[in-house]
Amino acid sequence: MSIYLNKVSKIIVQGMTGGMGSKHTTLMLDAGSNIVGGVNARKAGTSIELGGQDLPVFGSVKEAMTETGADVSVVFVPPAFTKDACLEAIDAGIGLLVVITEGVPVQDTAEVWSYLSGKQTRMIGPNCPGVITPGESLAGITPHTIAGKGPIGLVSKSGTLTYQMMYELKDFGFSTAIGIGGDPIVGTTHIDALEAFEADSDTEAIVMIGEIGGDAEERAAAYIKDHVTKPVVGYVAGFTAPEGKTMGHAGAIVSGSSGTAAAKKEALEAVGVKVGKTPSETADLMRKILGG
Amino acid sequence: MDLMEFQAKELFAKHGVKTTLGVVVTTPEEARDAAERIGPCVVKAQVKAGGRGKAGGVKLAKTPEEAFEHAGNILGMEIKGLRVNRVLVTPATPPVEEYYFSFLLDRANRQYLCIASVEGGVEIEEVAKTNPDAVKQIPVDPGTGVDADKARAIVAEAAFPAELADQAVAMVQALWAVFVEEDATLVEVNPLARLEGDVLEALDGKVSLDANAEFRHADRAAFEVTEETDPLEAEAKAKGLNYVKLDGQVGIIGNGAGLVMSTLDVVAYAGERHGGVKPANFLDIGGGANAQVMADGLDVILGDQQVKAVFVNVFGGITSCDEVANGIKGALEILGDQATKPLVVRLDGNNVEKGRAILDELNHPLVTQVDTMDGAADKAAELAGA
Repeated sequence: MSIYLNKVSKIIVQGMTGGMGSKHTTLMLDAGSNIVGGVNARKAGTSIELGGQDLPVFGSVKEAMTETGADVSVVFVPPAFTKDACLEAIDAGIGLLVVITEGVPVQDTAEVWSYLSGKQTRMIGPNCPGVITPGESLAGITPHTIAGKGPIGLVSKSGTLTYQMMYELKDFGFSTAIGIGGDPIVGTTHIDALEAFEADSDTEAIVMIGEIGGDAEERAAAYIKDHVTKPVVGYVAGFTAPEGKTMGHAGAIVSGSSGTAAAKKEALEAVGVKVGKTPSETADLMRKILGG
Repeated sequence: MDLMEFQAKELFAKHGVKTTLGVVVTTPEEARDAAERIGPCVVKAQVKAGGRGKAGGVKLAKTPEEAFEHAGNILGMEIKGLRVNRVLVTPATPPVEEYYFSFLLDRANRQYLCIASVEGGVEIEEVAKTNPDAVKQIPVDPGTGVDADKARAIVAEAAFPAELADQAVAMVQALWAVFVEEDATLVEVNPLARLEGDVLEALDGKVSLDANAEFRHADRAAFEVTEETDPLEAEAKAKGLNYVKLDGQVGIIGNGAGLVMSTLDVVAYAGERHGGVKPANFLDIGGGANAQVMADGLDVILGDQQVKAVFVNVFGGITSCDEVANGIKGALEILGDQATKPLVVRLDGNNVEKGRAILDELNHPLVTQVDTMDGAADKAAELAGA
């Protein structure tokens, strides 16, 4: 098993014909993903050859789902059109919506989240690397060559830290690795991923990577205390970041005492999560747990 | 992007929020001229920081001479590390009562929040501690927003005085228009003042705008205040780089905000073993690490006189390491003699062997390759501490 994504997932790509979309569709195919088509209203009825496969382009998400039985959509459309692309996929009843696009206005995401309420779609992102279940499927941009299948579940705000941590622990491998994105509002949270990993029989231990800003890690700590029995190892980036400076992610802003890396580490350690000071130290903590 | 008070008030006025714009000036003489026209006035430092009053940056002037004097003292003053380059001269309108009002993004609950208090005003944080019931927090659904009914419900819950209720409803709707139409993440009025004659007015304003929404607000550039930014940050911004100046000796270049932040930490820990050297900056070159981006980044970092060594930390995820290595090679060619500080390079991930081979072959006297993030951070700190 795995979470959210596996080898039977049928994936469509919104924005497949664009530069980012076509590049990463090819990489997803390399990773073994079952890509069944793309969506672009202006190119409906055509097809595009990527990674040696002829992929049909549909006029709408609904049409693509009807024709192919797709249950996952990966979104690469530009920020100005991301909201509409998401609303369309939600209306069509897609099961998993992975929004890779960076730079989406936060009020657009807030509206999408509000619209999602009570509906069946799970959204991951925006501004995220997506989900990979190594050896089975990739819905996103995580390089599939870093690490293979294994017992570790990984959830992270940051893309490159996901890659770094997968690399550090490539000798063990991963059940599923999810980058939830660093924006102020995201569809899937650390807590959602923790809940799914706890229920997943293939996941023996969990790595949770956080970043300064907000209080998502503190809330995750409270959740772990009451609901997670599997061992969790944590890492928080930004211990030495000065207060009041924005470090690139809209989410990574420190103001006042709350939201600092130290506060997050303290909250996690208080519920028994071992927290590393660096990615390599965090990997060592995981190694000890898995007996490597 | 955070706005200064006078900029926030311009947006207020644009959307029908009752406020007084006043006059923005940069010299004591101009402040005196403005006071002659306005009469008794308040001279207010314009910086993007709270606590201006407590820092002595807000003064009442009864006469033009006093306005001249206060402006002379406030201009050039530093508030929370920010130099005051301009003051706002605005009519002295002493409030009868002070209230607090804001709309903001509620990250935890993935919605918006309205915070209102009729016992607030400038001491709102104190009220929130001592009498939290007096500070109302009212959720706003981003799907439905604030219509007239919601505005009335907010005003009722916050318990604005009955004689001000209609004005308050109009104010709430106008502030909501600022929030959604300008793509703000925060719109705050503190104090929201009840003036003589039962007039409700925004006496101060704070607005933060979502940078991601710039593409639908062509007028945003007018709010850029460049002279306050650090010159290196300004140069980086002009080059489209995501750079933040810090106070240290090890220049940092990396890809991805999370990895770069992590790099700062690892360098700071390594620095403890090498005379306490620290990271000099945050610089995220993102996915496209071509020669020009790398050269621009190195150029900015080497412009920082404090920098003694540079650590290039790249995990090739989307980008392949050979592209990054070629970027470094090209950057060193572009910079020529201007590249004077040692570069410690750590490449990992996609096409790492090719990348390392390119740098091995280059065999540049300034470039040292180290295979691990920890090892490279230690080497860079050692070189910077020597």
